[in-house]
Amino acid sequence: MDLKPGSRWKSAVCDTEVVVVRPPKTPVQLECGGHPMVAAAAAKPEGLSLAADHSAGSQMGKRFADEESGLEVLCVKAGAGSVAIDGRALGAKDAKKLPASD
Amino acid sequence: MHTALLLDMMADAAPDRLAFGGRRDGLTFHEVRRRAHHAAAWLQANGAGTVVFVGLNGTALPVALFAAGMLAKPFAPLNYRLPDADLKKLLVRTAPAVAIVDDDMLGRVGSPEGVTVVARSAFEIACNASGQSDAVFDEDHDIGVLLFTSGTTGEPKAAILRHRNLTSYVISTVEFLGSEEGEAALVSVPPYHIAGISAILTGVYSGRRIVHLEAFTPETWVQTAAQEEITHAMVVPTMLGRILDVLETTGERLPKLKAISYGGGRMPLPVIERAMRLLPQVGFANAYGLTETSSTISILGPEDHFEAIASADPKVRRRLGSVGRPLPFLEVEIRGPAGEVLPPGESGEIYVRGDQVSGEYAGKKVIDEEGWFATHDGGSMDEDGYLYVEGRLDDVIVRGGENISPGEIEDVLRQHPGVADVAVLGVPDNEWGEAVAAAIVPAGERPSTEDLAAWVKARLRSTKTPEVWEFRAALPYNDTGKLLRRQLKAEMSGRQPATA
Repeated sequence: MDLKPGSRWKSAVCDTEVVVVRPPKTPVQLECGGHPMVAAAAAKPEGLSLAADHSAGSQMGKRFADEESGLEVLCVKAGAGSVAIDGRALGAKDAKKLPASD
Repeated sequence: MHTALLLDMMADAAPDRLAFGGRRDGLTFHEVRRRAHHAAAWLQANGAGTVVFVGLNGTALPVALFAAGMLAKPFAPLNYRLPDADLKKLLVRTAPAVAIVDDDMLGRVGSPEGVTVVARSAFEIACNASGQSDAVFDEDHDIGVLLFTSGTTGEPKAAILRHRNLTSYVISTVEFLGSEEGEAALVSVPPYHIAGISAILTGVYSGRRIVHLEAFTPETWVQTAAQEEITHAMVVPTMLGRILDVLETTGERLPKLKAISYGGGRMPLPVIERAMRLLPQVGFANAYGLTETSSTISILGPEDHFEAIASADPKVRRRLGSVGRPLPFLEVEIRGPAGEVLPPGESGEIYVRGDQVSGEYAGKKVIDEEGWFATHDGGSMDEDGYLYVEGRLDDVIVRGGENISPGEIEDVLRQHPGVADVAVLGVPDNEWGEAVAAAIVPAGERPSTEDLAAWVKARLRSTKTPEVWEFRAALPYNDTGKLLRRQLKAEMSGRQPATA
């Protein structure tokens, strides 16, 4: 999968959608709910269901980063599945607490 | 990632929250998205190119900005205060474009080649069509915003801010839906200023209502802040002093207000000290940034302010004159003339690197191969990482081979009780190349030049003591609070040093 910056991906099994903020340095597979995510414009594959061990849910506005590959995504639509790459769950990354400046 | 997606997210997460406008008649996030969608469809039907905005602040501004984002076309707000001929010149440079122009400004812009001019009233009717638009657009997002620099040092340059620069700034600095219900920000910078654009984007992403002032006057600012229960505001230094005057006269203390950020120029120490005394419930933040960096790159936060003002340690107190520490996900270096990185305490040029830094103008990329952008601002960093901005390098005075930063001398003079405002600059001098000149706006009775010279000499070196003095009723500023140094320099250049 070509995880270009700005590309949008949706879960095959829930409502989750993410946008790639920072691309991975090495090819990885982006997953949600235990299945590979699909390009936002593509049709969802049929017959899949949410995997129980990948159902912690995703929250809108959360950033997920993988230190190993450098991949960073932003959740733009919440869903029941959790975001992972190559089977390992991605850690949430908070925006730095900064005083409002604009 | 693109700007319209920021609105999309908030319109999904908190559709009924107020996004823009008054407590009673404002638009919700859902409504702003609905209007922006109609607007995008309408702009496309009008031959969409660059979406140009020539007009005052108001809800049409964010609607047009996000419509441009949906269309994947650049948004270019222009300075309507420019003389007609200059405004027309800029308009031509945006072609092919659709220009949304305030009705009472239509006569000023005419019909420039390659630009479809539409009246703001017609645009607002089109955005407010009933129901939901089902138009779909290109997803090829690249340039988000084109901002023309103020041109105080020559022909305005078109700074390019890509969607990835702007959104990187927003998602790194702001927590999604991080604002509490009821928070409201007052925006008084004009649409063509980077702070006006970033305020809209960060406001939307945090879920904070934005109230726009059409044009700044201190009276309307205070009145609006009170009526609209404003909690956050951004001002340029020249605005703050005038706001404080009104607060003192009227006795208004704006109890809801909890945060003021300032930037865009040097804040006189006496003004910020007075502000902190008068508004003790407010947290102040000094933000430093440039158009080319998608707004803020360094912040002196409220705690830094309180700590500095309460401290007896001159090193800590001095920080009130700094712009705080660079944002944690950016890199900042101070470099010398040969490009070498300078140690703490030494003055050089400020360089910055990070995702939000575009460092790009139409037809010209000014970022180096490693991603560093030279700001053309002089500055230094202390051992604790606090950044001190000394001003534009173009403004540095070269007197007999010595580089002198006007900012340092201005800071010293501003603390003189007889000085209300001051500008220091170099004027041509036969002996030294340039001489240090000071234009002084007296506070009350005019101080003597001997007294002022002694004041500077006691605090700085004698070579930094101005030799040319001029007293004026006011200094020339543009509408966003930038001192018009070139104009002042031209006016003062004929003057000769006072003979001792």
